[in-house]
Amino acid sequence: MSAVTVAPAGRPHVVSNTLTIARRNLLHIKATPEQLVEMSIQPIMFLVLFVYVFGGAIAGSSAAYLQFALPGILVQAVSFLPFTTALALNTDFQRGVIDRFRSLPIARSAVISGRILADGVRILWCILIITGFSMILGFRFEGGAAGAFGAVLLVLAWGLVMCWPMAFIGITARSPESVNTWGFMIILPLTFASSAFANPDTMPGWLQAIVKANPVTSVIDAARGLMLGPPNPVAEPLTDAIIWMAALLAIFVPLAIIRYRRRI
Amino acid sequence: MTRDGMTRSAIEAEGLVRTFGKVRALDGIDLVAREGTVFGLLGPNGAGKTTAIRVLSTLLRPDAGRAVVGGYDVVREPAKVRGLIGLTGQYAAVDELLSGQDNLYMIGRLLGWKKADARARAAELLAAFDLSDAATTYVKQYSGGMRRRLDLAASLVGRPRLLYLDEPTTGLDPRSRLELWGMIRTLVAEGTTVLLTTQYLEEADRLADEIVVIDHGKVIAAGTPQQLKMRIGGQVLQAQPADPADLVATEKILASFGDAENRPHNDGQLISIRINDRAALGQAVRQLDDAGIVVDDLSLRRPSLDEVFLAVTGHVAEEDELGEETTTDERRTA
Repeated sequence: MSAVTVAPAGRPHVVSNTLTIARRNLLHIKATPEQLVEMSIQPIMFLVLFVYVFGGAIAGSSAAYLQFALPGILVQAVSFLPFTTALALNTDFQRGVIDRFRSLPIARSAVISGRILADGVRILWCILIITGFSMILGFRFEGGAAGAFGAVLLVLAWGLVMCWPMAFIGITARSPESVNTWGFMIILPLTFASSAFANPDTMPGWLQAIVKANPVTSVIDAARGLMLGPPNPVAEPLTDAIIWMAALLAIFVPLAIIRYRRRI
Repeated sequence: MTRDGMTRSAIEAEGLVRTFGKVRALDGIDLVAREGTVFGLLGPNGAGKTTAIRVLSTLLRPDAGRAVVGGYDVVREPAKVRGLIGLTGQYAAVDELLSGQDNLYMIGRLLGWKKADARARAAELLAAFDLSDAATTYVKQYSGGMRRRLDLAASLVGRPRLLYLDEPTTGLDPRSRLELWGMIRTLVAEGTTVLLTTQYLEEADRLADEIVVIDHGKVIAAGTPQQLKMRIGGQVLQAQPADPADLVATEKILASFGDAENRPHNDGQLISIRINDRAALGQAVRQLDDAGIVVDDLSLRRPSLDEVFLAVTGHVAEEDELGEETTTDERRTA
């Protein structure tokens, strides 16, 4: 069973291990076309429904609402993507795939970095699909190319940050079902109780307080400022968003890694 | 691998302890597996077999004790150990959402091989394990036997000197089981050392050169299958009365050859008891005759590993298809 001779492999390389595992995770999309639907068609459906159902009522016209709502829809779509991270990690543990990786002489961190890299690709894909489609519907980047680029970068960063709490949930939860429960309980209110779909000034006082304290609001406001330009503020929400992201990383990166190491 | 008439050991473990909460999954295990042999770790569910494998494959740190695999300490040099071993878990640890070919290719790449080498090795293993036709099929569409074969192939990509097989045939149909046994024999013939855990006594009997029986995290018997069978006292005397109504009387007669520790076993047709004295057969013939019991079968035979197991653990081997360690652990702590 061993006719193929191979030059003895050197020390396993973190970068090449990461790329191999990222490739593996992305190949899963091919095996589960519903993931592709989730990443492409679902957010577009959301976009179309929100813009044309509520647009007239909220902003006077669908076109005006599209300008307002796109940053929020983008951030919401990207916040839901790391669900797949949580579910996939949970399944990998249950099936013994993580055991297989851990028993191989490879860079151990590659299992996580490969996951994050693959998620980065998925998030970027989702961002490009949604913004591309919105532009067909008439969305205009009023903040210029630099603003557009900055917004894409910010939303991508937010998605990658959200991978960590979701990874923590995926590793901690006992079953994919409880991953689903916990994930929805957190992500759904977090993205709706924000400035994504309506101006917070129109909300009751108690909700305004929640919305303003919500990190998703900061990210959406910053993305909105970057995409639409003045008079929408950029500096303040962007600073808040960056502080929030740093805080979330500071909490959940170590938590997820500790859980990952301990889980057997 | 003999060297100056001495056989080197591939695995040496001393006093391994690992606890999970209150459960002592490993409670001072010692074992030595010689290179180029099949070493069987036999025990019921929850005995600590999987925990032992996990410690020996660097997936779990022992709380106490020492284990050396291929000359490397599992705690101090885990990366070196990982370079020597292949692990096939209780559950087929292959990626369902990749094809068989992609699974093997991925491992080759993870081991740092060039694309062409990884591809060639994948094709070679797929052919060896009769999976070439399913090379590009997603593993989720594989049958149980195919998954197990792919799992074994996956653990062999890096040509490990040591192969850990954790209950490799649990849940397989008899034909797939025989096929897998054949493959394991081939690997051993090529020089691989195999550490096999199983709850199937027959499997240990057929494959293993040496067996350690563990229960509740402790080694309770060790030796070759032959030695273990000898150990529990020479032979088994069994009698099958022609008339089932005589079962009780037969059991009473055979009981006179045992004692409080060694009672006859009644399976509803056959009565059997372990004996040390060869004269027992003659005495049994006379006593059964005197009692007017006609027997269809009265014979002496070597004990099976099942009986060894019963004798050393005090309970019969459980044939639980789930094979989950935790279920028994939970039962025990409850």
